[in-house]
Parts: sequence; C-alpha cells; structure tokens
Amino acid sequence: MKITGKVFGKFRADINTDEIIPAVYLDTTSDEELARHCMEGIDTEFAQGVQKGNIIVADKNFGCGSSREHAPIAIKACGVSCVIAKSFARIFYRNCINIGLPIFECDQTDKIKEKDILEIDFQTGIIKNLSTDETYSTTLFPEFMQKLVEVGGLMEYVKQKNRL
Amino acid sequence: MGKTITEKILSAHLGKEVSAGELIEVKVDVALGNDITSPLAIVEFEKLGVKSLFDPDKVVLVLDHFVPNKDVRSAEQCKFVRQFAKKYGVKNFFDVGQMGIEHALLPEQGLVLTGDIIIGADSHTCTYGALGAFSTGVGSTDLAAVWATGEIWLKVPQTIKFVCSGKLNPWVGGKDLILHTIGDIGVDGANYMAMEFTGEVIPKLTMADRFTMSNMAIEAGGKAGIIAPDEITLEYVKPRAKREWRMYSSDSDAEYVESREYDCSQIEPQVAFPHLPSNVKPISQVGQVEIDQAVIGSCTNGRIEDLRLAARVLKGKKVHKDVRLIIIPGTQQIYLQAVKEGLVEIFIEAGGAISTPTCGPCLGGYMGILAKGERCIATTNRNFVGRMGHKESEVYLANPAITAASAIAGRIAPVE
Ligand code: SF4
Repeated sequence: MKITGKVFGKFRADINTDEIIPAVYLDTTSDEELARHCMEGIDTEFAQGVQKGNIIVADKNFGCGSSREHAPIAIKACGVSCVIAKSFARIFYRNCINIGLPIFECDQTDKIKEKDILEIDFQTGIIKNLSTDETYSTTLFPEFMQKLVEVGGLMEYVKQKNRL
Repeated sequence: MGKTITEKILSAHLGKEVSAGELIEVKVDVALGNDITSPLAIVEFEKLGVKSLFDPDKVVLVLDHFVPNKDVRSAEQCKFVRQFAKKYGVKNFFDVGQMGIEHALLPEQGLVLTGDIIIGADSHTCTYGALGAFSTGVGSTDLAAVWATGEIWLKVPQTIKFVCSGKLNPWVGGKDLILHTIGDIGVDGANYMAMEFTGEVIPKLTMADRFTMSNMAIEAGGKAGIIAPDEITLEYVKPRAKREWRMYSSDSDAEYVESREYDCSQIEPQVAFPHLPSNVKPISQVGQVEIDQAVIGSCTNGRIEDLRLAARVLKGKKVHKDVRLIIIPGTQQIYLQAVKEGLVEIFIEAGGAISTPTCGPCLGGYMGILAKGERCIATTNRNFVGRMGHKESEVYLANPAITAASAIAGRIAPVE
C-alpha cells in the first residue's frame, strides 16, 4: 500500500502527550472531541487547519510523557494519515500500533519541510519526497508488530487469536 | 551468559528462557487502570464481547486523577468505571475514602509484590520496579487486551545499569539521584530500555526513596526502573503480602547495553527547570527564581517519609506571604499517619493547605492550577509546557525538603 499526503505540522524534538492533548481533555472518550483539540498544547491552530490525509513530521522522541491513548486517538481522529519522526517514545509507539495509527521512524526528518508532499510505501518503508525528489528510508516494524498493524490493531488480533 | 533481573522475571513468567530483544506474550500478575485511562479501555473491552475479566482479582482500578470529582464530566467518567467494577466483580476497586494515588496505594496495600509482572495504563506504573518487580506503563487498548486475556505483548528490554557510589549529602534523596540521572542521559536516554539502579548507595535507601527513583524512569523514556530486592524490600513486602512473592537479582555476568557510574558525594539537591525533567541544575546554581506556589505530593513524593521531610523544614516557620503551599498526602493511610505524627498540625501552622489524596495539580487537573506567568516548585515528576495550568506557567521539580524551604523563602532555595 502507498499513501501520498501533504506535511502539516513539523515539530521539534520531545513533543510530549500533554502537548498533543492537554490533560483537561482527558475527561472524554469521544474521538471527535479529542480531534478538535489535537496538538493544542503546542499549536492552537493545528486542529482547525489539519485536513484528511495530512502527515505529521517531527524530530526525536515524539509522544513522550504520559500513557494517555487520547494522544494518538486525537491525531488519528483528526484525519492525519501517519506520523514520521526520528524516534517515538515507547508507550506512544505501542499505542499507535495498538490502535492502528501508522508511524514511521526516519532519521532524516530534518530534510522534510512543512507543505512537502510525501509518498510512503507501507511495505518497503520508503518515503519519497515528491517536492524535492529525495528518498528516505525508515525502520520497518518487527514481524509481530507488522502483523498487529495488518490485522487492524491489537483488539482485532486478540479477537482472532482467541476466536472471539 | 548471565541474565538481568528483568530477563529473569520475564523468563520465569513465560516458563522459558528469554533474553533482551525477544518479543513475547506473557501473563501478568496485576493489571491497573485509573479514572482517565480506564474509560477508553472499557469501551474497547466491551467491543470484544467477552463475558468476564481474565481474573477479577488481578485487576485493580483506582479513581485518583480527578477525584473527589472536579466537575460533571469527571464524575461521569468515574461513574462509568465504578459501574464496570461492579459488573465484573473487581474487588480491588478504590473510590473516594479508600483511594490514594495509585502508585503510592498499590505497594502500600500489598497488591504488587517482588518478582511480579505488573501492567498499568499509566506511565508511572514503572514505580513498582523499586520492589524488584517488572512493571511498566501501557495505553488503554493494551489494558483492555490484558483484561480479556491476562497477557501482554512485550519486547524483552535491554538494560542500562546505574552504579551509585559514595555517600549522600544532607537533604539529598531518591528524587535528586533520579533527577541527576535524567539530567545526565536525557528524556529519551533510556527509551525502550530497563534502568537498573545499583551500587553501595541503593541498599541504604528507604523504600520511599527507591519508589521515587523507579517512578521517574519513564522521564528518561525507560520501560522499567528496577532495583534488586533486599532486606529493606522484604521488611516492606512481608507484612503486606497476601500471596507468594519471588526474589530475583541480576547475574554478575549479565549483559548490559551500558553501565554508568555516579559518585553521589558530588550530587547536591537537584532542581529541574522548565520545561523538561532533564533540564536540571544543582541547587547552588539555581539563582534567583521567585515562586507563586509550592506543591508537595504526587506518586513521586507524596509518601509519609516525604511529608516528614517537609515537616522538618516547615516546623515553626511560616510560608512566604506571596506563596501558596499545597500538600497532598499520597493515600488515606499516609494522611492518617501524618495526622497522628502531628505533621498536619505543622503544615497548617506554617500556612500550608492540606488536601485529600488526589493527583490534582500534578497533571493540571485541579487543586492548584497555575495562571499565566505563574511559577511553581513541585515534588511531582513532569514540568512540561502547561503541565500544571496555563501554557505560560512554569513548573520546577525538586525534592520535598527543597520545595518546603522554597515555600518559606518565596524563591527556590536550599534548606537553611
Ligand atoms: S500523581 Fe501525577 S504522575 Fe502520578 S499518577 Fe497522578 S497524575 Fe500521574
């Protein structure tokens, strides 16, 4: 599978989950409501501006801090197709795989700019920057995690494995 | 090749030998959820359509973040969790009156033990590593899957070893050691890895100090922060445990990705400046930082030992007229103990406000939210942008003694 999308949101290192979704919004489980406040802790205009299929790009350690799954849910629910960062914090990484938000680890995110158009091949992990004609590689998930992503997340995996 | 304590605990639970790097699905001893992560997990769990929890006695639910409820929406969420606990027969459900901040409460109640695997939908679940357990934080979907199956998928982590030698200086404790460590390796210095704290200093630390250290492993990105159990651990665990526990320690030839040594005689009380826990300075280099608020509490430093330290500093003194001091005991038991020991009296006489146990201001919930431009020194664990309120407010992290001393001085200050 390949997706193409525009970069919307180019973030620094160590973006924490309080910045992705501030704690005042942890009193809801509604996807739409979380989407309306996505990235509000760092960019109050993000949620209004983001469009379906946009791609978030960041430096290292994206999603550090609390275990709140509200963070990847907010990103997914506001239409972002995937997140590319130099690295992800551990719990955030797990949560993305579990809920089926595609993420890619790429050490060359410095070369990607706001508004660049990227084409990402999910199988090979190769990112083509259609705006600059550059190509970047990403770290592929280990087999088990690929399986989780393929079946559509952890709950689907649990269902199939336990024949529920 | 020998094994680390982490590899040993995971191997024992799996019934076969595993080493760092392997992906496993393993049974857990305890699965923890709170009032903000459980509602999402409940929604996922109920979608599965299973009729029961894998083992209701291994499930622990604590309402602690926004309780006693701060508003209608948090009340609705707590009601949702309360109904779930009833419906599925969760005995270890802690509501207002019995509840405490989860990571202070579970060890105190003997619900988490040495050698356990504990999974919690809260990032500071790593706290129980201080007992010589493998415990780590996950998200809500992970928790829902554990509720259904009793199992979690994990990568067996590599371990970084920290060797703490020398002698601790006055007013230096677990908080300072861990802040110093995070300052050294950075907020992602241990990403995906277990941190193991060793060296001559560690066996001399109280359980409270050890919990504080393990608690903040996540602030360096750590999957776990583990300390080998010893006499002090047993003294703590024995009177509380209602089931068997097992002790593990790392082999001398265990494989570590890295070993870092600290001469603790060189470590002063530490202060983490905004907006990262790694942004630390020794107290002597803080300079003039005036404060509006001081908070003593949280799963990091809300234990009785922490309150005693604060009381030692505050006894007979007055909180600075421009500072609000808020003290939040971690659990009801700690609160009661503080009353019995006369600590509460000391706090009130000094001009401090005491709250019932709650996470409250630690995550910017309520009970001490900061206005634009305000500054707070806190014994909590995170000082991210807007963590305790307005985006332009600031949080400085320190130990309870420094926080109390600063409340008196009106600026960040050492203990006199
Ligand atoms: S006290 Fe703070 S860090 Fe600890 S569990 Fe509560 S909100 Fe999280």
